[in-house]
Amino acid sequence: MADTDYVIEAKNLVKSYGQNKVLKGINLKVKRGTMVALLGPNGAGKTTTVRILSTLLGFDSGTVHVEGFDLIKEADKVRGVIGLTGQSAAVDELLTGRENLVMMGRLYRLTPASAKARAQELLEDFDLLKAAERPAKTYSGGMRRRLDLAVSLIAVPPVIFLDEPTTGLDPRSRLSMWNIIKKLLADGTTILLTTQYLDEADQLADSIVVIDGGKVIAEGTAAELKSKVGNDRLELSFKNEPAFKQATTLLAKSVVETNDKEYTATVVIKDTDTDIRQTLNALAEAKVHVQSMEIHKPTLDDVFLSLTGKQKTTKKEETK
Amino acid sequence: MAAELVFEKKPKWWLSLNDSLLMIKRSTLHIIRNTDQLLGAFFQPVMFLVLFSTVFGGAISKALPAGVTYLNFLMAGIIVQTVAFGSTTTAVSVCNDLQKGIIDRFRSLPMSNLAVLNGHVTSDLFRNTISTSVMLLTGLAIGFRSHANPLHWLYIAGILFLFTFAFSWLAAIIGLFAKSVEAVQWLTFVMIFPLTFASTAFVPAEGMNHILRDFAVNQPITQVVEAVRALILGSPIGNHGWLAVVWCVGMLVVALPLASILFRRKTSQ
Ligand SMILES: Nc1ncnc2c1ncn2[C@@H]1O[C@H](COP(=O)(O)OP(=O)(O)OP(=O)(O)O)[C@@H](O)[C@H]1O
Ligand SMILES: [Mg+2]
Repeated sequence: MADTDYVIEAKNLVKSYGQNKVLKGINLKVKRGTMVALLGPNGAGKTTTVRILSTLLGFDSGTVHVEGFDLIKEADKVRGVIGLTGQSAAVDELLTGRENLVMMGRLYRLTPASAKARAQELLEDFDLLKAAERPAKTYSGGMRRRLDLAVSLIAVPPVIFLDEPTTGLDPRSRLSMWNIIKKLLADGTTILLTTQYLDEADQLADSIVVIDGGKVIAEGTAAELKSKVGNDRLELSFKNEPAFKQATTLLAKSVVETNDKEYTATVVIKDTDTDIRQTLNALAEAKVHVQSMEIHKPTLDDVFLSLTGKQKTTKKEETK
Repeated sequence: MAAELVFEKKPKWWLSLNDSLLMIKRSTLHIIRNTDQLLGAFFQPVMFLVLFSTVFGGAISKALPAGVTYLNFLMAGIIVQTVAFGSTTTAVSVCNDLQKGIIDRFRSLPMSNLAVLNGHVTSDLFRNTISTSVMLLTGLAIGFRSHANPLHWLYIAGILFLFTFAFSWLAAIIGLFAKSVEAVQWLTFVMIFPLTFASTAFVPAEGMNHILRDFAVNQPITQVVEAVRALILGSPIGNHGWLAVVWCVGMLVVALPLASILFRRKTSQ
């Protein structure tokens, strides 16, 4: 408890399912009033981590403190200060939106009057007032997600876990969810969010922890992670295969990525001005015609792909 | 955040009790909102009552003591059978909760965990009360007459409540074990069906072969049926009354802690 600045503090978290080691020593710290995004591909261990931190799942070794409470010895106290929005919406389908909120409020030990007042407030804030008296099973995916989040906020917990809160939402619902989350942060809530979307982490989080295969493979602010991948890139497209082939042999040293279906090659540029000129000069001298070009600033996408060792090209093929 | 939060400042036992009450309210709302299931709770027992009394009535009435009609004999059996099958709902609800994310929500709250099971089990009393009332009314309409006085009816209600409670806790265990709702349905069926039919719920034991009879007259359903039947018919209750109570309490003593342990284990991995 030396570091009371850290609201969530996990040290060397290890968890296996039988032989399958799912978490291999996760370290995680979240400062008060900030958001950390846990970023990772399917099966990385995001849900497992969140379930452990929210007292739902036991773990094999390591220590965890939430608000200074030991996760194992003081699980009940931890439960009193956290709110959880799991990966699948956890609302009662047969109860109405309002009944869900009031019931959960009462289970959080709010008095009946307080639970009702708070439910009304959340229904308004989350744009659910019109649907308040309808059973949750009649809600759309986005409404259900909002209700789910509202339920976990009923007692205004200072610490919130959000497991992929925007997965499966359309762009508009996603944006409204982001606004809700931003407001929570502005109110001083400490948040641990998991996501597969890099722009989400980029937009919302103060710092990002990238996990893959149960290990933290990178962490830092979005800017820091981007600077790891570093440089700007120049993507060149060519008209046909011969031109593409010629160009890739010519620029072999600096080419980092190619796509032989669309005839594009990407080169790293360090000193923007000179590097671009040199590249284009080299191509011009060899009489290779460049059809178009584009400069890419590094995105978290690039960070992610370079860290998890998966090439963009292979990923595209997988999803086809 | 405009609304100020006011938390209950009550002793721990009060809070736990309140958790259970909230969960009972939830499960009861489930029963009311789940219209298909509610209709089942109405019509299935009525169908059984009418079918059994008309189809078997003629053949079996010869084996009954003088002056006892088959409908009057059958009533206790049908009620107990309905209550036994009614416990399936608990198993299904428990299984449903576990399959869906909702159990995670409850578990991340500072509530007492067993309240969820308590809610499902206790709300069975509510549904069984409806089913039983419907059956009694239907019975009265087609000629059922009872010798029981109000005190006897109180005993009957007491035994049936205890039996519902015991059976629902057993059903909760099935719900905790089963991997899917479909599995719950056939599991409860293969357990409850033989138990109710190899009993004196529908026929007197005299006509059964030795092995079957030895089983039938000693198993819990028979004790409960015979106790309720004696109270309805106004005949001597013999050992059936206390044996019924002992069986039910015995089932509870085993099922309650087992269900709690299973629930904890099931939800913590
Ligand atoms: N109950 C379980 N039994 C066995 N293995 C499990 C169990 N739950 C999760 N796993 C395994 O643990 C690993 C991590 O799963 P986890 O759900 O934490 O991933 P995730 O990062 O949340 O993925 P996603 O993005 O798909 O939600 C996976 O390999 C998964 O198969
Ligand atoms: Mg997950």
